[in-house]
Amino acid sequence: MTTPDYQLLVIGAGPAGMAAAQVAAHRGVKVAVLDEQLHPGGQIYRNVDASPLADISVLGKDYLHGRQLVQTFRHAPLDYLASCSVWYLDRSGEVGIVDNGRHRSLVAQNVIIACGAQERPMPFPGWEKAGVMTAGAGQILMKSAAMVPDEAPVLAGSGPLLLLLAWQYLRAGVKIRAIVETTQRQARWSALRHFPRALAASDYLFKGLQLVSAIRRARIPWYRQASELSAEGDERLQAISFRCKGRQQRIATPLLMLHQGVIPSLQLAAAAGCDDRWNEGQQCWQTQLDDWGESSQPGIYVAGDAAGIGGARAAWLGGQLAGLQVAHKLGMLAQEQRDVQAQSVRSACDRHLAIRPFLDSWYRIGEDRLLPPDETLACRCEEVTVAELRALSRQGCSGPNQAKAFTRCGMGPCQGRFCGATMEQIFARQAAPDRPAAGHFTVRPPLKPVTLGQLAGGADQTHEG
Amino acid sequence: MFRLLGEASQQVLVELDGVEVSVPAGVSVAAALLYLGRIPTRHSPVTGAARAPFCMMGACFECVLEIDGVSERACQRQVEAGMQLRLQLCGDGEAL
Amino acid sequence: MPVHSSFDYDTVIVGGGLVGAAVACGVAQSGARVAVLDGGDRDFRASRGNFGLVWVQGKGADFPAYAQLTRRAAQHWRDFADELQDATGVDIALQQTGGYDFCLEPQDWDARAREMRLVAEHSGGEFEYQMLDCDELRRHIPEVSREILGASYSPEDGHVNPLYLLRALHQRMAGLGVDYRADHRVHASRRDGAAFVIDTRRGSFHCERVVYCAGLSNQALCGDLGMSIPLNPLRGQLLITDRVPRFLSAATLQVRQTAEGSLQIGDSHEDVGLDESTTLDVITRLARRAVRIFPHLAQVRLNRAWGALRIMTPDGVPIYHRSEEHPGAYAVSCHSGVTLAALHARDIARWICAGPLEDPLLGAFSADRFDV
Repeated sequence: MTTPDYQLLVIGAGPAGMAAAQVAAHRGVKVAVLDEQLHPGGQIYRNVDASPLADISVLGKDYLHGRQLVQTFRHAPLDYLASCSVWYLDRSGEVGIVDNGRHRSLVAQNVIIACGAQERPMPFPGWEKAGVMTAGAGQILMKSAAMVPDEAPVLAGSGPLLLLLAWQYLRAGVKIRAIVETTQRQARWSALRHFPRALAASDYLFKGLQLVSAIRRARIPWYRQASELSAEGDERLQAISFRCKGRQQRIATPLLMLHQGVIPSLQLAAAAGCDDRWNEGQQCWQTQLDDWGESSQPGIYVAGDAAGIGGARAAWLGGQLAGLQVAHKLGMLAQEQRDVQAQSVRSACDRHLAIRPFLDSWYRIGEDRLLPPDETLACRCEEVTVAELRALSRQGCSGPNQAKAFTRCGMGPCQGRFCGATMEQIFARQAAPDRPAAGHFTVRPPLKPVTLGQLAGGADQTHEG
Repeated sequence: MFRLLGEASQQVLVELDGVEVSVPAGVSVAAALLYLGRIPTRHSPVTGAARAPFCMMGACFECVLEIDGVSERACQRQVEAGMQLRLQLCGDGEAL
Repeated sequence: MPVHSSFDYDTVIVGGGLVGAAVACGVAQSGARVAVLDGGDRDFRASRGNFGLVWVQGKGADFPAYAQLTRRAAQHWRDFADELQDATGVDIALQQTGGYDFCLEPQDWDARAREMRLVAEHSGGEFEYQMLDCDELRRHIPEVSREILGASYSPEDGHVNPLYLLRALHQRMAGLGVDYRADHRVHASRRDGAAFVIDTRRGSFHCERVVYCAGLSNQALCGDLGMSIPLNPLRGQLLITDRVPRFLSAATLQVRQTAEGSLQIGDSHEDVGLDESTTLDVITRLARRAVRIFPHLAQVRLNRAWGALRIMTPDGVPIYHRSEEHPGAYAVSCHSGVTLAALHARDIARWICAGPLEDPLLGAFSADRFDV
């Protein structure tokens, strides 16, 4: 039997990971935190304590809040491994990592997956062109490189983060050419029934209104309920065209920033064999978890946005619940104390999550919008079009995994992160009404890049016999 | 394409397709290319279509280029003085 | 073929992988009305885990009929690939320019030489092969490390894209009017007068003939119709890398370069039951072996690793069985669904359609050989 290297391995040093690790470490659990970036903070608090910005307040108070979280984390009694990517995880707690260029393996008794979310892919004709980026990319450039667009960009899509980016750009003195918002009107009415609950998180609502009024005051052209987006240009993006209020529009721009919500990054949990299910309200797959965040694989937990989109504050709280449970199961925290500590965490978490049903509903993507036109590239890596996948679906191809085998869609380096959702939609909408819902791709290692040489040279430093 | 907010604290010299260029220190290689406006950064292996950094968080692999002889995601590496960068472009290697 | 109006189909084929699809194409070409009942998108599918070799060397050293059958299959392949391309437009990237099996340990050489000699004997001396030492091998493939002892080589070996082959077979089936039903996993079969009744959770199918090509499930399913098909899963893990500049056009048993340029690296042989998962130690072992053979591959990125379950008969040789108790029921089980695909679409389909006539070679592959 191999002795585990750690009692707890936390993957991801964003708010959920930092919280989970500290809660466990402070109760005597031997913890390591692995993170791909150079500094803790995840994406939401990226570079918050190592900012290249002269004036960090341009990003807003919520971002600044992360600074103290990162600073306490840095002083916690745990092993923090930066620049470390996890390319392999299985249900036995064996982890393959590339640690500053060297492959090695670790074994953990418990794993908390806190790897956060990714942006929901927003495919449309031309989305692959040079000069099209995500809103998240814009934020990362600001946070980690103090860079902003030097020509007025167009922001397109839907969701709070799109507006947040616009607001941050305005504060940084960036002119915005236009906001092309694709949020659909019919979603609004169903969203209103969640409004009363959202009042419990009125601070979020208020912040939202502030963003909107700041953007309005700046008199940025704001197109609503836009549809039929298409990006034009040869070697580089030249323009975006779309339909709005029954009229065709075209805006010349070299930079387009897209956003259509965020979805949990499921790869690690799926690779470890954790059960998952489709969340219709959030329109994404979620790992099935108990109240503490433990998955169907004993000892494997998911916390934060990786478990379900809830935002940074909810992530910080959810991470604590997982940390408490791990400590408890290791015999380092009595049940009663666990429950007492968990209670206040849960009520705070519930308050932060109160806004979600309203937001999820308001920004819900309509059925007709989930499937882009035929000429769209479904798979950017292998350049497989929606048309090709639709044809297979009509021929009775059994699902995304068969389609992947037949077309190479999902076999490129992004491992299906950007094409999986599109593929699932195509196969979920079969002509035959009695078809069961399509699943998602089988996730295969490596989850992050690793070379043959790294694998061959990787010394198993921790295992004997 | 992208500019710095305020002054760069430092600059470093790297080699891009054999030509020495000055980029801000402490940023990713992908950010440095966007700063220089050097897009597209690659042509896709299947159809030769022009691509450039997209997600900046290591998920999309659009920003893959040759860094000191090894093909890697440019958004996951920080610039270092003397780094040799080669874009994965078709033809004579000119981006535009 | 006489068709009874009480049958939904003349022939139902259980399983839509490489074996089922190839057999279906062949049977449909004879004019029969065929349905293929396939499992779900996430079921075990050896067809999605295949290495893609069209491999002759080393097969049937201890089973002459298998050696002969395999050679026959390889000889059919070019013609079969052309036929598929003409009919479907899918290029399955067949290359029959030779294959190498590297000798990595000292004991490999003698064991391999013996195998090759036996296969040649079984083919009446027609099977072509060479045992290459390190220098000779490096004249064939300069990138091979000097540390490698050598390899067995046969010009009769080759490779193909197994996933495109499956796609082409599916398209061919559609073109031939085969009724392909995804998500129709069969759970039971029985006799009802002259018909077979094949039960799935989405309906029952009446047919005059049924052919089981359901991979590991054959064992349980065939029992319903009095056929004892002993099978065991044997896991193989495989790696595939990103694309690299072309250096290898021939196939090797350890590494092959696909038509797109990526490298496929295999494989393991693990007796772990119905477990398709990958393991870290096998992944690293496979990578180590690949880099040992081809040192220049150290910088190449792994794209994905996966495991699949081979369908292993007790002697590793295919089962082509027809039921005595229930004439019209057949079982086809093998782990070389690619190499034998051309044979399955032609000779095996003909054997199925021809009723009581015998193909002299196929008799040796009956499951009766396992009865004590």
